[in-house]
Amino acid sequence: MNKSEFVYVIYIRTTPERLWSALTNPDFMKQYWFGMHFETDWKTGSHWQMVFPDGRVADTGEIVEIDPRRRLVLKWRNEFRAELKSEGYARCTIELEPIAETVKLSITHAIDHAGSQLVEAAAGGWPRILSNLKSLLETGEIVLKAEAAVS
Amino acid sequence: MTCKYLLAYYCMKDVNNKVFKALADPSRRRLLDRLYASNGQTLTELCEDLEMTRQAVTQHLDVLEAANLVTTVWRGRQKLHYLNPVPLQEIYERWIRKFERPRLSALHKLKSQLEGDENE
Repeated sequence: MNKSEFVYVIYIRTTPERLWSALTNPDFMKQYWFGMHFETDWKTGSHWQMVFPDGRVADTGEIVEIDPRRRLVLKWRNEFRAELKSEGYARCTIELEPIAETVKLSITHAIDHAGSQLVEAAAGGWPRILSNLKSLLETGEIVLKAEAAVS
Repeated sequence: MTCKYLLAYYCMKDVNNKVFKALADPSRRRLLDRLYASNGQTLTELCEDLEMTRQAVTQHLDVLEAANLVTTVWRGRQKLHYLNPVPLQEIYERWIRKFERPRLSALHKLKSQLEGDENE
């Protein structure tokens, strides 16, 4: 396969409005993304950056497509690890679909070459973030606070 | 649509039961290993070199999909299968992490004592 790709799915007992807000509100995001947050104006073609709690820039990219409460497509590049940055931009597609009393959240991350370390790093990070997000939206608490404090 | 509603219902109702049952079968674990080795395969690709019938593989994939361990995406006329580790993360947090925490804390105390840090 001449591309690297993963597709993750989680079902969260919430509404598309609350989930969209959780994905795009920087203060809410910090709670489940280990203190990190997005900085952008959320418009098609705009630049975005993901910022560490200490202000360093982790990732950057461009908003390719934005359809509030339904779909967000981002160009995504790592900025703090040279070997990942040299791979250039991956494409991240975030889709929300209400199903019964839940929202199906799908995350697709892909790049057009095999064996991408960038996509592998993203694949390793998303499950913890999604699990935290689900817990936060369904119970009001995150599950991984302790680990964030340890590491 | 009905199928999707059912899937969501099962995923929410007893997702842990579904995940443990799905993982209890060696053939299904093998399919997950194959997807880990190469993600996004068609049914035909997944059936290659397996001594299971195509029908058996289909049934196993249905169980894995109901447990949300496998996600499917249509690309044109091809249905691609992807490994979804998100339910495993939830099981890890529910069943494994809590046993690690005391150990981490014990190691942390040991390190503090050995290094003579009285502030901990």
